[in-house]
Amino acid sequence: MGVVQHGLSCGENLIMARRVSTRHKVIATFAAWLVAFVIFFPILYMVITSLKTEPEAIAGINLIPSFTLESYVAVQQQNDYFKPFMNSVVIALGSTLVALIIAIPAAWSMAFSPTKRTKDILMWMLSTKMMPAVGVLVPLFIIFRDTGLLDTRIGLTMILTLINLPIVVWMLYTYFREIPGEILEAARMDGASLSGEIIYVLTPMAVPGIASTMLLNIILAWNEAFWTLRLAAANAAPLTAFIASFSSPQGLFWAKLSAASTLAIAPILIMGWFSQRQLVRGLTFGAVK
Amino acid sequence: MGNITLKNVHKAFGATVIIPDIDLDIADGEFVVFVGPSGCGKSTLLRLIAGLEDTTSGTILIDGREVTDEAPAKRGLAMVFQSYALYPHMSVYNNIAFPLKMAKVDKDTIDRKVRSAATTLNLTNYLERRPGQLSGGQRQRVAIGRAIVRQPKAFLFDEPLSNLDAALRGTMRLEISELHQQLATTMIYVTHDQVEAMTMADKIVVLNAGNIEQVGSPLELYRSPRNLFVAGFIGSPRMNLITGAEAAKHGAQTIGVRPEHLKLSTASGTWKGTVGVAEHLGSDTFLHIQVDGIGQVTARADGEFAVDHGDQVWLTPEPGKIHRFNEAGEAI
Repeated sequence: MGVVQHGLSCGENLIMARRVSTRHKVIATFAAWLVAFVIFFPILYMVITSLKTEPEAIAGINLIPSFTLESYVAVQQQNDYFKPFMNSVVIALGSTLVALIIAIPAAWSMAFSPTKRTKDILMWMLSTKMMPAVGVLVPLFIIFRDTGLLDTRIGLTMILTLINLPIVVWMLYTYFREIPGEILEAARMDGASLSGEIIYVLTPMAVPGIASTMLLNIILAWNEAFWTLRLAAANAAPLTAFIASFSSPQGLFWAKLSAASTLAIAPILIMGWFSQRQLVRGLTFGAVK
Repeated sequence: MGNITLKNVHKAFGATVIIPDIDLDIADGEFVVFVGPSGCGKSTLLRLIAGLEDTTSGTILIDGREVTDEAPAKRGLAMVFQSYALYPHMSVYNNIAFPLKMAKVDKDTIDRKVRSAATTLNLTNYLERRPGQLSGGQRQRVAIGRAIVRQPKAFLFDEPLSNLDAALRGTMRLEISELHQQLATTMIYVTHDQVEAMTMADKIVVLNAGNIEQVGSPLELYRSPRNLFVAGFIGSPRMNLITGAEAAKHGAQTIGVRPEHLKLSTASGTWKGTVGVAEHLGSDTFLHIQVDGIGQVTARADGEFAVDHGDQVWLTPEPGKIHRFNEAGEAI
């Protein structure tokens, strides 16, 4: 009898514990959805606005549009979408690729043969991100003007590479630190040269980390507006300039602006959607084993 | 050939001296074990030979050729790491083939060599698997396979068995010894486990704080340890080290008697003591005895030797098996 009772009370405890955790889960889930909704709302409202007519868009908050595509048609007629889209693709992918080519060896050396100054160099690299970009706008503009880089894809690729390089190096450095040094030593013993070690052993092992760094960098470069708006006007102007062109001379056209913005973020949103698993895994790499 | 010579090899990290000054000769085909407590510099010494660490001063010769400043890959040595250090993104086949690919060997030769290594190490059925899908022992075999395909001048083992469970460790120990018989290649093996050192080595190098305490065959070290450190380190359970009046009787600062060299009796003997803990291993029983005027002494008794906690026993050291040490801890 005693045994049975003991068993019963155990069961009750289990149920109690589960009840508490279920309620906890419900609250946590609800809170998460709420936060996600608040974050997502501006994007949702942008899409809704893009499906309104101009008078509707100006009228005030209204969550039900008339589902017209006239803004999209107008946007495409007024300004070609394809050219800035291609500019964005070239600049975002190009700057990411160049940044990776520079950052992989840099992160390798800092992760696997650190010196006393490695930490300082990392901090110094990050500190460049703390400077307000506008502080170097004039000198950079003059350099770009005098070297003929203004309004060129090469110029924008260069500037975005340099802007994002510290973050790329930092991220790769953290991923590389997770890779056991003995494996690289084994490669060295097995006769791999330095480049062999990086190409055949380190890079394939760091693929999740490199992929998420790459994705994040593409997103950052795609959305970068400060430099792209100031250093490009027509030929090399990416989608950020395409959006900006709808907020000027003739006045504000909310619906067209929203349609342009939706078109501009759609590619990156789709890419992010399909790679979210990779992104999350990369961003939490090392934190969760 | 795999002759390795170290001349005045010195290693320091900043102000911390790891290896003060070492001279060592390793003959071709020898199985040499570096043994010592953790932090004694044995792994550093191995890594210096491998080229994974740079020497601060001194020279390293392999087959008479100086390699002190040469890259690890150029030294013609192969290493098996404690953590196995397999390439997790490659199949077993590609792991074993990697050194050959790096040496730009043609595909057919690679295939032949990998398959022959896999046969030797019983890995034929696992060639397509990833290291993550293998057990500890299998991973260790892959690591050995990766080392043997290159036909190196010498194998370096850095505590290769310490991640395995006791049973598997015993089996792998035999396999590595067997491999040494087959290949007759120089092997340098680092361990902190004196049982591994005793069972596998042709020659043991006992290290302590970066210094070589003694070099010799396992039985030489067992029979005539040069100093207290070696006496205490080699042999399991440890040698009983006795100081004071009892040692003075033998004209020494310290005397040492191994547990297996103490005769036990319940009736009479040289030293009288009280039995404390008895460890029954079946074949043997190790008795920890509190001896009057001496202290704690460990003695080996027959597995069936019947005593209880608190019983009185008599111990007699076997004549000629008493090791004597002077004030400096050197054997007399």
